[in-house]
Amino acid sequence: MLSREQVDHVAQLARLSLTDEESERMAVELSNVLDHISKISELPLDGVEPTTHVIDVVAPLRDDVPIPSLPVDVILAAAPEPTNGGFGVPSPGAGAE
Amino acid sequence: MSAEILSLSAAQAAAAVAAGELDRAELWGAYRERAATDTLNAFTWVADDAPAAVDGPLGGVPLAVKDLFCTEDVPSQSGSKILEGYRPPYTATVVAKLQAAGAPLLGKTNQDEFAMGSSNENSAFGPVNNPWDLTRVPGGSSGGSAAAVAAGLAPWALGTDTGGSIRQPAALCGIVGLKPTYGACSRYGMIAFASSLDQAGPLTRDVTDAALLFSEMVGTDSFDSTSLGMPSPVLLPTRRDLSGVRLGVPEELLEQEGGLEPGVRARFDEALALAKELGATVTPCRLPHAEHALSAYYLLAPAEASSNLARFDGVRYGLRVDGDHDLMTMYTHTRAAGFGPEVKRRIMLGTYALSSGYYDAYYGTAQRVRTKIAEDFAAGFSAVDFIVTPTSPGVAFELGAKSADPLAMYLNDFFTVPMSLAGIPAISIPAGLSEGLPVGLQLAGPAFSENALLDAAYALEQAIGFDGSPARTGEGR
Repeated sequence: MLSREQVDHVAQLARLSLTDEESERMAVELSNVLDHISKISELPLDGVEPTTHVIDVVAPLRDDVPIPSLPVDVILAAAPEPTNGGFGVPSPGAGAE
Repeated sequence: MSAEILSLSAAQAAAAVAAGELDRAELWGAYRERAATDTLNAFTWVADDAPAAVDGPLGGVPLAVKDLFCTEDVPSQSGSKILEGYRPPYTATVVAKLQAAGAPLLGKTNQDEFAMGSSNENSAFGPVNNPWDLTRVPGGSSGGSAAAVAAGLAPWALGTDTGGSIRQPAALCGIVGLKPTYGACSRYGMIAFASSLDQAGPLTRDVTDAALLFSEMVGTDSFDSTSLGMPSPVLLPTRRDLSGVRLGVPEELLEQEGGLEPGVRARFDEALALAKELGATVTPCRLPHAEHALSAYYLLAPAEASSNLARFDGVRYGLRVDGDHDLMTMYTHTRAAGFGPEVKRRIMLGTYALSSGYYDAYYGTAQRVRTKIAEDFAAGFSAVDFIVTPTSPGVAFELGAKSADPLAMYLNDFFTVPMSLAGIPAISIPAGLSEGLPVGLQLAGPAFSENALLDAAYALEQAIGFDGSPARTGEGR
């Protein structure tokens, strides 16, 4: 069973603020799911290579020819707070790590 | 005339346009009008005007596209509040290819948020009703695409499948859904869920339409280094028999905890009997690790999702909350307000599985199970041509029936997830009805076997003769 402290730590890693009620429910739900899926830890998997990419493929290179990027103003049109030709963000301030 | 147009399959409509028997503008108008009457909540956006006509093999047959495909200047929200109103500056490669082949964009379809779900109930834009029974779910996550095609609101649709998100809703709505081999189609412009699993694919009224749409989707793309295309052109299916075809049934999987409904089992067994009449041999086959696929999937997919969804942070696009606070507060409040409960659950699960001290026990183990599952299929395909299962353990369930129990919801993917982990193609075709609701039959083949898979599915489709119109609800086509 995941503790409230573990849930809050993971939420911090995931940059999610959870209400008390959400944290408590998450502890129960995640524990139930983890209980179910942790059965795979009983399988004999020594020496088995992990699969990261399922189809055998070599990373291809495209021709080294420049192509235009999207214009800055087009990209910034979707930003919540475009500032001086860039993405505006709040000061790290008191929340900085 | 309109009813006649709407009754044509996409391939028939394309052929009629090519023969000069059907006017492209009239075809567009009939579907534009039909889509605008959507009462299923299948569409999140419908085009106003017909785009400029493009000559091509898809004949001007309008296309419905799952919300998570980026479409230039058209809302592309992946079913999420965090992307509400987002209009991307570019179009996903597969959508652009289909447009260039002559399929204009009819509308964007509803889906589970970030493709996480099996019922379409996780959409920030509301659930979708199944046209066969309006009190039931259409499946998910491509639920809007499946419902739109089943109800005749669209001739065909594009979806994505990560663990079953094309095949399961196709099964629950009585249509055809193909998950291609991983890498057959470009993923560029698909708002990512789990990048090692996500694949685009067609949802269509019949197997021929699936082949036709798929034939124009495939190809390598310099914007997606995992895209491989197909080794040979995709052909329209013609096969009428199954002589010499070896089908394998993973009986042990069918007896597992998936809770296979008797009516689904009955339709499955009848389909196998039909396959034998068509000349196929049906033998048991073993997939010893497939029963663990769901566990591996629910570690791998959330892990990848937790990384992919880190980009939604209130900086470059989408929602921003409490921007007048400090940066960390803005991040955590934006994500808390923008993501729904299931997406939060999977981000948390994935972040936990990747966190220091747990990485190898969870994520590493799941990757090793994935290897064993791929090996099981490879061994299976040395003795059989295709592996067949029901697509979903049950028929469409009532709205709300499973939304309180994540594990019960995850079990919907029991028969579809193993193929996703192995990266192999699989198709769901309608096998009949149980309790008045569609049942799906899944066929899976080795990587890049789509032509043979479509041929076998076509032969079975002709023999089954399923009537795909849910006319009894008044939502039929």
